[in-house]
Amino acid sequence: MANTQNFCNQAKVDIMNGLHAMGTSVARAGTTKDDYYAALYLVSATRGAGDTVYNTSGEVSGTNYNPGGVIITTATGPTLTSTTAHFTPSESIVFSNVTLAVAFDAVLIYNNTSATKLALSVHTFGSQTVTAGDFTLTMPTDDDATGLIRIA
Amino acid sequence: MKLINTIKGEMDESLLEKRTGEIDDDNEFTQWIEYWLEDELVHRSVHVQLKKNVVTDSVAALF
Repeated sequence: MANTQNFCNQAKVDIMNGLHAMGTSVARAGTTKDDYYAALYLVSATRGAGDTVYNTSGEVSGTNYNPGGVIITTATGPTLTSTTAHFTPSESIVFSNVTLAVAFDAVLIYNNTSATKLALSVHTFGSQTVTAGDFTLTMPTDDDATGLIRIA
Repeated sequence: MKLINTIKGEMDESLLEKRTGEIDDDNEFTQWIEYWLEDELVHRSVHVQLKKNVVTDSVAALF
């Protein structure tokens, strides 16, 4: 059997779990997983791949919406399926009984445990408003094909 | 009797006009429910199911 050059599959999960530090890293307070939050953004905002941290610019505001958004349930950690590492929140993200009158179309997922609230990902959807109701984001199946965040 | 949370407090559903809609494309499956009192929107809930995801390709350099 010949040697093969490649990126090691388990390293994809290990990166998601913060086990590699190829540059300056941070001293962690423990080995527990970080808390992730979801914040909503107006259609007029400019969230995207260039984001580095949670940003209040363009965040929605309204009745029962707290700046910074809501915590995400992450009962299942990153998993390797075949050659793809994937991670998906384990429950829907729900903003309950909110009124958000100005149209929004994006959610930023960010690390609320990190000192600077590091940005993780931005997901977009059709422009919406909510009136005295719930806004619910249901997650895709957590696998190598549809998991919310994947390293392939 | 089903009560609906509205901007005017809880109201009997029978007093309101219910309107629904949905988007189903490659990015999302979204459904919304609206309740109207005459010409006024008093409740709107939205349920978005995300389909399109964030993928990063890992590459080990050839040398």
